[in-house]
Amino acid sequence: MREISILIGGEAGDGTKLTGKLIGKILNRMGYSVFIYDDYQSLIRGGHNFSIIRAKDKNVKIHQNDIDILIALNQETIDFHKKHLKKGGIIIYDSSNIESQKGIGIKMLEKVQKLGFPKVLRNAIALGALCKILGIDFKILEKVIKENLETYQKENIKLAKFGFEEPEKKFELNKLSAKPKILLTGNEAIALGATKAGLEMYIAYPMTPATSILHFLAKYKDEFGIQVVQPENEIAGILMVEGVVYAGKRAMIGTSGGGFALMTEALSLAGMAELPILIVLSQRAAPSTGVPTYTMQGDLLFAINAGHGEFQRIVVAPGEAEQAFYLAGELLNLVWKFQVPGILVSDKHLSESTFSVSLNVEKINKTSPKLFKGKKGYKRYLLTKDGISPLAFPGQKNVITKATSYEHDEYGLTTEKPDEIVRMIDKRKRKKDAIIKEMKKRETVKIGGKKNSEKVLITWGSNIGAVEEVANNLGYKVIQPLYLEPFPIWAIEKELKGTKTIIDIETNSEGQLATILKCHGINVDKTILKYDARPFTPKELEKEL
Amino acid sequence: MKEKIELKDLNTYAQKTWCPGCGNFSIEIATKLAILELINEGFAKKEEFVLLSGIGCHAKIVDYINLNSFYSIHGRVIPPATGIKLANPKLKIIGFEGDGDAYNEGISHLIWAAKRNTDITLIVHDNRVFALTTGQYTATSPKGFKGGSTPKGTFEEPFNPIELMLASGATFVARGYAARQGHLKELIKRAICHRGFSFIDVLQPCVSFFNTYEFYNQRVYELEEKNHDVRDFERALKLARKWDYSSCDTKIPIGVFYQTQKPTFEELYQQKSISEKEKIQNLKKILEKLR
Repeated sequence: MREISILIGGEAGDGTKLTGKLIGKILNRMGYSVFIYDDYQSLIRGGHNFSIIRAKDKNVKIHQNDIDILIALNQETIDFHKKHLKKGGIIIYDSSNIESQKGIGIKMLEKVQKLGFPKVLRNAIALGALCKILGIDFKILEKVIKENLETYQKENIKLAKFGFEEPEKKFELNKLSAKPKILLTGNEAIALGATKAGLEMYIAYPMTPATSILHFLAKYKDEFGIQVVQPENEIAGILMVEGVVYAGKRAMIGTSGGGFALMTEALSLAGMAELPILIVLSQRAAPSTGVPTYTMQGDLLFAINAGHGEFQRIVVAPGEAEQAFYLAGELLNLVWKFQVPGILVSDKHLSESTFSVSLNVEKINKTSPKLFKGKKGYKRYLLTKDGISPLAFPGQKNVITKATSYEHDEYGLTTEKPDEIVRMIDKRKRKKDAIIKEMKKRETVKIGGKKNSEKVLITWGSNIGAVEEVANNLGYKVIQPLYLEPFPIWAIEKELKGTKTIIDIETNSEGQLATILKCHGINVDKTILKYDARPFTPKELEKEL
Repeated sequence: MKEKIELKDLNTYAQKTWCPGCGNFSIEIATKLAILELINEGFAKKEEFVLLSGIGCHAKIVDYINLNSFYSIHGRVIPPATGIKLANPKLKIIGFEGDGDAYNEGISHLIWAAKRNTDITLIVHDNRVFALTTGQYTATSPKGFKGGSTPKGTFEEPFNPIELMLASGATFVARGYAARQGHLKELIKRAICHRGFSFIDVLQPCVSFFNTYEFYNQRVYELEEKNHDVRDFERALKLARKWDYSSCDTKIPIGVFYQTQKPTFEELYQQKSISEKEKIQNLKKILEKLR
């Protein structure tokens, strides 16, 4: 078998998300590339949550809805998902609380209760049964439990053994020779990339789907030497970050659309005061509270245009975890190099899905910004050819450094004089050319699929997993801008040369990338837009093409 | 070796645009003198001071003082001040806000700074009116205040920032009066030297939109002359409630109401720094765990 998809579902609180992750780890140790999609609702108990684990002998970056094995801890899992069960697929269910005509019923809850263990431990029985059905060596399961569960280890192993004895082997999932890869969510990748590029402080108010960056960095703050602060609200958060960078330390903040909306006044301050801040904007289905635990790409134009007045920013949008790692590190270095705010746009699908990655951590290194090395006469906003003024920080001897929200002179004092206003605006504008010059040295657009095809799929962000798979199957070329502002039109035009059809694919209702392309004189032939707050799967996308 | 500076070293070339007679002049001088003395006494170096301001007449003060500064946006002095202090705890942070900044737009930050005991000094230029926007009522305007937005007088009652700060856990709570410059300078010095969140509400007459010189001159008295024990929280609360920022029939105490010691936010939040090599080793170890 070259590919397998497993769905595990239950109520919130049943522990399906963690079990999904453990299934991913087991398949990872079997040498497969893994992708995990977590679908959950905005509640703590009840409802219906599920994870889909897809494993393949080749790189996999997206799930499919068609399922080989369905593991049900509640009735809804069977009722909602049995239609997706492939021919010959298997249902494993807890017959203590679920009725099913077919499949393998195990009285999981009953067993756990009889032994006096917490209900959530029934997941171990399901894991045992799954491994048996797939012909996976119990030792692998045992090792995964030991390495990943801190409490109830012995009990979990005992229950897994019980589950392992129940069913018969149905599939033969071959063990592959590939070494297990690193399993990383998009948010973890962002956190690690920024850490590698010298992040010193992370400040964030909790908001789905950005929260797991906060949790991840708070968990490892001592290992990374990073301060992690939860402020009173998003406005305080971004302004704290601005204080931190003014004082010379690298700081980042993460949020979703609503929190980002609150930050926009201070974003504009970062533009005026030339503060190198990094914002992670992980989108969710909006407007307003929207569908808070589901995905959508509705904030691209917002990210590019947010804030009053005109000022330069850098916006990047990774599509999968490896890109997220490299781009987070790259962006942190760039905002310091150019002293502009940077926004890394993610979404629920990238932030919270789990990917198999291979990372070259040495590729990201902290690069030094332009620093003031003089002895006197420091001017924070010195006029320079490329618009970049040398940095100095409070506490530095013989330096007075004045940051300000007002239009200012070179020293940083308020000005209302017309010629000084124009000079300072022109200085900040010059940074755009400097940024573009730098971008031209880098990969700003990712090309995939059949590279010489005349038919092009253009997309951004987390759609890349589905789009690339479909393009490989159907022979399309894929263009994925990694940078959205400044928009790498030079690279896109080059890639579009000689092509005939351009199809834009986005998970929003208006085609925001298509709008940007139009502003640059490129008209797409067709847009495929999905806005049911779920990501594209390759099968769904193929139907649209 | 102690650094010796003169008052003129703290001046900038910016032209002052406050109204003649404005209470801001006095706050500026008191602040400069306090900092000058602290530098010359060896308490801190010139480059270690960072001033912040919000938006309003008061905020121009950072343009007029030749020290590191962060000229923020309306109501947002405390968050960047907190960030700067977290990033470099050696710095001495002094924030200036108007009553509109501190008590209207940025009230949440004020309460949180007191709750956290962030080691910064906050000086509120409380003229009890929005002056730069030509005269509207603020959180501390008296009931019945007539302004552009309330021509028949506001029906809202002001709140009492001293009482609010005591209730929020501030560890240094004081009130000053712009026309008592010497007293104010001493207050500012004590506030800067205090470890923890220091709060001074400065009664500041606005000659253009709310001239209160006469009102305050008749009522103000200094707590320092009354042997008030600053460690007595209950007494501080009682004194704070003496004047409700609206009534005219009472005396107004100025000086330090309350002072106590608590661990500061920065002390509790200090992160042990690690070497680059160690960090990368840890990062690689964590990645291995994620297989």
